[in-house]
Amino acid sequence: MSKERIDVKKTYKLFINGAFPRSESGRSYPIYRKGSKVLLAQPAQASRKDLRDAVRAAREARSKWHSASAYNRSQILYRLAEMMEGRRSQFVEEIMAQTSASKSVAEKEVSEAIDLWVWYAGWCDKIGQISGANNPINGPFYNFTSPEPVGVVGVFAAPDSPLLGLVRAMAPALVGGNTLVVLASEKHPLSAITFGEVIATSDVPAGVINILTGIRSELSSWLASHMEVDGLDISGVKSGSGEIRALATENLKRIADFDSSTSPNRILALMDQKTIWHPIGI
Amino acid sequence: MNQLHASSSNLARDFGITDDRSLALFLKTLPGVDQVGAEARAAELATRSIKKESKSWAIDMAISMVDLTTLEGADTEGKVRSLCNKAHRPDPTDPDVPHVGAVCVYNDMVGIARTHLDSIGATDIPVAAVSTAFPSGRASMEVKLRDTRDAIEAGASEIDMVIDRGAFLSGHYKSVFDEIVAIKQECGTKAHLKVILETGELVTYDNVRRASYLAMIAGADFIKTSTGKVTPAATAPVVLVMLQAVRDFFDRTGIQIGVKPAGGIRTSKDAIKQLVLVNEIAGAQWLSPAYFRIGASALLNDLLMQRFKMRDGYYASSNYVSVE
Repeated sequence: MSKERIDVKKTYKLFINGAFPRSESGRSYPIYRKGSKVLLAQPAQASRKDLRDAVRAAREARSKWHSASAYNRSQILYRLAEMMEGRRSQFVEEIMAQTSASKSVAEKEVSEAIDLWVWYAGWCDKIGQISGANNPINGPFYNFTSPEPVGVVGVFAAPDSPLLGLVRAMAPALVGGNTLVVLASEKHPLSAITFGEVIATSDVPAGVINILTGIRSELSSWLASHMEVDGLDISGVKSGSGEIRALATENLKRIADFDSSTSPNRILALMDQKTIWHPIGI
Repeated sequence: MNQLHASSSNLARDFGITDDRSLALFLKTLPGVDQVGAEARAAELATRSIKKESKSWAIDMAISMVDLTTLEGADTEGKVRSLCNKAHRPDPTDPDVPHVGAVCVYNDMVGIARTHLDSIGATDIPVAAVSTAFPSGRASMEVKLRDTRDAIEAGASEIDMVIDRGAFLSGHYKSVFDEIVAIKQECGTKAHLKVILETGELVTYDNVRRASYLAMIAGADFIKTSTGKVTPAATAPVVLVMLQAVRDFFDRTGIQIGVKPAGGIRTSKDAIKQLVLVNEIAGAQWLSPAYFRIGASALLNDLLMQRFKMRDGYYASSNYVSVE
């Protein structure tokens, strides 16, 4: 037996409903080490049916995620940050391979991503306090306004910064209680699938986050036109957002488009304000 | 010898069946079902890919075959009326959508369904009633007959009866046979008879084949898989065995019996798989609401959503179909 060991390579697959399926189409596309012809991986190239499955999973997971208490949601998101910390070296290696960043730059990106995640996790049980209200009215009623999730949100990871771009897109929509269909960066999809492995081991209910890798120009119009998607975060879209906005009008999807990555308004942009009247004394 | 029910047809005699012994002998000597083969064939047919044009034909065909059903203890008159509206115009925004095959309700709702369907101009949609102490079938013959008569008098033109599975499994084929004959007699020319085999309780495919023949020879117009109250219900291999039975029965007697899978068919994909089975096993002449029905409630919405998707080019939302 030869002493040389053949390493076991990871197959980068999709993340749908808590499982890691290949694309039903059987397609994949090559990702090379930045600036070379060295093949890093062949991640799955999601099809329209994969997208449909992801939306269906997200729709079914809505009640599980939304009905969890805000405190519980934040605990789960903290837990997710802990898992990210445990995978730090893998994230660093993947960022270096995909972008040719130096080790210190890659480490900085991972730290920033984890810190940003923790920052958003804390918002789960606070967002209702800063944006909700007890409204003064002329009558024997209590009148409350509180933010509610819109439902299923499609988010577009930014093409640069493989991990940070992903976290920026996902965290705000998730905090509000939405369930997600995430389109990973086309050029840097590997961090997204490793992130899927983090999600799978951190108590996030199956279907709450679904991650698709593939060709952005194919996937974005299918996602934008899907009638069961209630909102889109297009902050990570660098070009072609006009078409996405146009397709989203059919069922009046809520659209979030922000430059800032740390703003509670980003959470609120994907929430509806719900007002409740309640008679006093009953 | 225990002779069969007096009014059992010449059909039984054609099969050489005159008493309980010859009936048991006939059923016991039917060729056995190759379980692995049946499951493999059903699984293979389920992988058939259906292209766009055929799919849109299949969706409309499936809509016209749906027996739109509500069989809940909590059914109300209002719910039955809204179900009838939906049966008549599945998509109120599109008159090209065909109406469903029938509305299927409990006995006491038959009158309400019939009156309402007539009042909205849907006189061509039959009302099917589940009779004979549905779903268990545990009542005296007198009660079962009365139950059936009630439904017919209230306006039902299709009767879905259950067989006595206990008697069937204990080998008392004659009592099952006589029951079907008696109910058929009660239906007369006023109502179609669908016989529910409740395949989930029959345990083996051999029993499904036996029960199918028993029902067909006794005078069923349709054989139906399940009540919908027992799982498993309309699995593909069970439907396959029943379709083989109606095909072989037709070859032998020239009488074309219908098949109605019910229970567990919720998506358009499931429905289209059923149509593939019908076409491949029984033949294209069964591809009509007169000979194939699908008992379902949630299925219709999924068919409509698929229809929207084929029309608009993007995935539809359940927010745009009615919840009955």
